[in-house]
Amino acid sequence: MRKRALRIMSGLGGVIAVLAITPSVGFAQEYTPTAQDYLNNLWVFLAGVLVFFMQAGFALVEAGLTRAKNVVNIFAKNIADATVGILAFFATGYAFAFGESGGWFIGTDNFFLDGLDMAAIPEGGLSPATTFFFQAVFAATAVTIASGAMAERTKFTSYLIFSVVMCAFIYPVVVHWTWGGGLIADIQIGDAVFSDFAGSGIVHMTGGIAAFMGALFLGPRIGKYDSEGNVRAIPGHSIPFATLGVFILWVGWFGFNPGSELLADEFVSTIAVNTMLAAAAGALLTTITIWIKSGKPDVAMIGNGALAGLVAITGPCGAVTPMMSVVIGAVGGVIVVFSVLFFDKVKIDDPVGAVSVHGVVGAWGVLSIGLFATYDDAFLGREDAGLFYGGGFEQLAVQALMVLIILVWVGVTTAALFAGIKATVGLRVSPEEEFEGLDVLEHGLQGYAPDVAHSS
Amino acid sequence: MKLVTAVIKPFKLDDVKDALKAAGVAGITVTEVRGFGRQGGHTETYRGAEYKIDFVPKVSLSVVVGDDVVDGVVDAIVSSAATGKIGDGKIWITDVERLVRIRTAEEGVDAV
Repeated sequence: MRKRALRIMSGLGGVIAVLAITPSVGFAQEYTPTAQDYLNNLWVFLAGVLVFFMQAGFALVEAGLTRAKNVVNIFAKNIADATVGILAFFATGYAFAFGESGGWFIGTDNFFLDGLDMAAIPEGGLSPATTFFFQAVFAATAVTIASGAMAERTKFTSYLIFSVVMCAFIYPVVVHWTWGGGLIADIQIGDAVFSDFAGSGIVHMTGGIAAFMGALFLGPRIGKYDSEGNVRAIPGHSIPFATLGVFILWVGWFGFNPGSELLADEFVSTIAVNTMLAAAAGALLTTITIWIKSGKPDVAMIGNGALAGLVAITGPCGAVTPMMSVVIGAVGGVIVVFSVLFFDKVKIDDPVGAVSVHGVVGAWGVLSIGLFATYDDAFLGREDAGLFYGGGFEQLAVQALMVLIILVWVGVTTAALFAGIKATVGLRVSPEEEFEGLDVLEHGLQGYAPDVAHSS
Repeated sequence: MKLVTAVIKPFKLDDVKDALKAAGVAGITVTEVRGFGRQGGHTETYRGAEYKIDFVPKVSLSVVVGDDVVDGVVDAIVSSAATGKIGDGKIWITDVERLVRIRTAEEGVDAV
């Protein structure tokens, strides 16, 4: 096992374990951090700031690709993810994900960060404060993915319930099973153990599956299909918003992936290069694909392509060459177009393409490790693990198993959650409210209030 | 006095404005409008799905003129807005009962 796994285990668990044995004596008093230790914590903190800024990107992409009458609701949901989502992760999410005394299923202590010496930096690792900060912004990312797929028709209260349960329980369990050392981390086939560096599967596919279930239980927006069931486009109201959002997410990803190195070392920049290349390749291949498919280089789709490249490389970015990063991003860029068209056809109405970008391409990112992994900076424990590098099928099998387990867990739990919400408080607004727009009826204000001719 | 209303292709607005100024018109009011006539709509694509634009963007302009210059104004619009292709628009003329300039309360042709 190479640095990364050791880092999470010793850095995080180590502090907790020591504290558990000597509750009154802080670990920090026994170890004086070096400049490198401080640099590690500072870098991961700053990377977390970039990841948090991705909330702005998600908000703009979602607002831009939907109609002006729902823009307040979109921003409100994104604020909710950054507030109740973070607090839910603080209350139980972190404990379920990383709590020391848990077994294969779930962690069971450090609720409300209780019992952690927040400032204690262990040798070569991160303080609990740095770890929580970085993990909490990841949780907010995972939950906000579903917001776009459920746009323009979901009750605000119902969305809040989803956001809390997702950040408090469903996502943290996935994290516990992987980065927290639970179920998926225990799987070994031959020499292969799971790898998902920054979370193509753990974060993005999890969010994408929740997005799918949300869209499924909600049903399509009124007007998305004509009386014969043909797809009708509902154009978004601001391509500038959507495109700016894509760029903000792109920048945020330079924290998401390189920050997941969890150290300030030489690999931060190699991961950043892989991330940048995959995004560019994804956007380019989406441009070509949609140009051929519909005769126009549709920017509303090309934005999805850049994000698809980024989602795809999130998992493999620490284990592949720059050239293979281009390939992984490019394949993601092609997949996303056909995936968006497919879900339109089967009447899963996803206004922003979240199911395709995060769910489908997230799965591709996880699987691509089994094909292209050559370096080991991502839990692999060996070099040349990928099928195309002579590693055999073991890695691919573990990756596929990981996809399957996450699919079943998130699929079943979010289905149960949405079914429960639908049966109690209701999931969808009335047709009248959907027609009028959610802004005025759910939130009591317009996104673009007129300057004149309003009553005073 | 007559109210001349014309619906024209948006990109022709500058030409029509210049032609009307040359014809001695003192002011015009312009509105962006949408609609369909014999030109019908057209199809666009968004995220791989087609959608029909039933109501095509046009520009509507209104100008109130004295009875003696109506024909000159209509000729100016026709010659400056025509492309010969479908969708060039229409002009219609209606009687104006009363016209008042708000600043001076002048009425009738004096207020044009």
